[in-house]
Amino acid sequence: MQKTVIKVKDVKTIFDNRIVHNGLNLTVGEGDIYGLLGPSGCGKTTLLREMVMLHQYNGGSIEVLGKNLNGISHNDAQKIRQQWGVLFQAGALFSSLTLRENIMLPLVEYTDLSKSLMEEIIKFKIDLVGLKQSDADLYPSQISGGMKKKAALARALAMDPKLLFLDEPTSGLDPISARDFDALILELRSLLGLTIVMVSHDLQSIYDTLDKVAIIDQKKIIYEGSLKNINSVESQFIKTFFGKYNEQ
Amino acid sequence: MKSVIKNSSKNTTKLSLQLRGEFSLYNVKKYEKALRKQNLSGVKEVEIDLSSVEYFDTASALFLVDLQKEYKKRDIMLSFISANEDHLKTLLLVQKRKQTSSTISSSQKSFFLTDIGKSFYANYLGLLSFFAFLGKLFATKLHYLLNPKNIRVKEIAYEINESGVRALGIVALTSFLIGLVVAYQSAFQLKTYGANIFVVDMLGISILRELAPLITAIVIAGRSGSAFTAQIGAMKITEELDAMRTMGFDPYMFLVLPRILALMIVMPLLIFVADMMGIIGGMFVANIDLNITTQLFLERFNEVVAFKHFLIGLIKGPFFAFLIATIGIYRGLMVKDDTQSIGFNTTKSVVEAIFAVIVCDALFSIAFTNLGI
Repeated sequence: MQKTVIKVKDVKTIFDNRIVHNGLNLTVGEGDIYGLLGPSGCGKTTLLREMVMLHQYNGGSIEVLGKNLNGISHNDAQKIRQQWGVLFQAGALFSSLTLRENIMLPLVEYTDLSKSLMEEIIKFKIDLVGLKQSDADLYPSQISGGMKKKAALARALAMDPKLLFLDEPTSGLDPISARDFDALILELRSLLGLTIVMVSHDLQSIYDTLDKVAIIDQKKIIYEGSLKNINSVESQFIKTFFGKYNEQ
Repeated sequence: MKSVIKNSSKNTTKLSLQLRGEFSLYNVKKYEKALRKQNLSGVKEVEIDLSSVEYFDTASALFLVDLQKEYKKRDIMLSFISANEDHLKTLLLVQKRKQTSSTISSSQKSFFLTDIGKSFYANYLGLLSFFAFLGKLFATKLHYLLNPKNIRVKEIAYEINESGVRALGIVALTSFLIGLVVAYQSAFQLKTYGANIFVVDMLGISILRELAPLITAIVIAGRSGSAFTAQIGAMKITEELDAMRTMGFDPYMFLVLPRILALMIVMPLLIFVADMMGIIGGMFVANIDLNITTQLFLERFNEVVAFKHFLIGLIKGPFFAFLIATIGIYRGLMVKDDTQSIGFNTTKSVVEAIFAVIVCDALFSIAFTNLGI
């Protein structure tokens, strides 16, 4: 049986008296590439931020890697933070550090690896995400948007996480780079056995990479499952969003 | 000027108008004037032909649709014809999507008392959030003290260089000029009474005790305090702070405390430099304007300026540094997800930090006076 990596149960989120989520339920299984989809403003990124403890939900529970986030202790929170990687929409690389230093940071903070082994790891991760070794000494301001995303992915993979969160990984990339990035995600999953949760609006990327999706609309999850049966649910969003693709 | 109405014909009840030229938002007024001039007595139907209009935009279309409504109220039917299909399409689009003024939500009128209440509540929440920030800061500091291995020496050293060593030049120059100005102004008065030598007493006490710490704090608030706000604010906007949190790095440990500690360490050093430069500035004027030689100045300085004045000035340093750094960083953390917020909070951080420093200095003065120091 597939192991559960994330379990969201009856999650409620309220922003300034406005209900964003009203009882969300979903389960992410080990090894899945799981997509959070929905119309703009439905709270996909908010749910992702709740999963990574950046935002506090108002009700329900979220369990990540076997730990319930409700009232989680500092030590447990630190432990699970070392087991996941997060790729932010714009990369969020530390601008005062070079790419090498960005990737090295978690290794320096959490391990006592020798400098030479750290260098090996950095070189390996840089190669894994498709960057050149010569890029390692550049600062984030000196590289393109696509390279930033790759470097941020390398940083997210620095600690060999079990779980990867991606917030709109292909947004802002040209179509060729976006498809390359999709291929990279699939490759990483097969190489490292990652479980990936991503928010995306890129239809091609959704069809190319996702195993399972959760559609958030009208404050609820209106569909959870594979893309094959997506049309089994009556929803204006599904009709509009997936309609054109299905017609092709 | 060419008229915007090319032709007009009127039979008993029908008026036909042919418009021409560029009918756009830049000259709607011209068309409005021309159309309002038309004599509509007895007219039941108006037909506007847009065929000769070279350019027609949505603003003009909105005007015509409004005019149609106005005429309708006066029982006049207004219709449009055009050989150019684009004009008719624009009119159709406007008729379809035009919002009535009642559907456009107007900003609610606010009452004076409501505004005061809201502003008071916002300030109250701001104060609470500042206390929460201080609470978290002290908790982190305690954690620091209990686990000294967590002290980020490298970051502190970096910040000492950035906020302190690099500010030495401007602090030294400002203090030198302040010493110069104070001595020059005093010299004029003292000369009148032949009390030239007392310039040393005045300079020594005022610079060491008050001016050097205050000037240093003001320069640092403008230079380093604002830099803290802008740096942390920008990190917030680019999600670098969120990235740190998801990696398990506490921003208080990595960004907040190193900056505060660095400034608290380096501030007395800056005040010491400001002391020296202020006195040198004063000595320079005393020499030129009051004929007090350097040797005489230093001898008198040694005699009348007690060491405690120097110490009092230095003691203020870490307190001023704490206020400047804390306010600067707090304001940085308050930056919202827009660039305007960085400017707003940077300005606020400088103003609040200078104000806090002056209040703190006043409290020190009261305390030292009561203690007889």
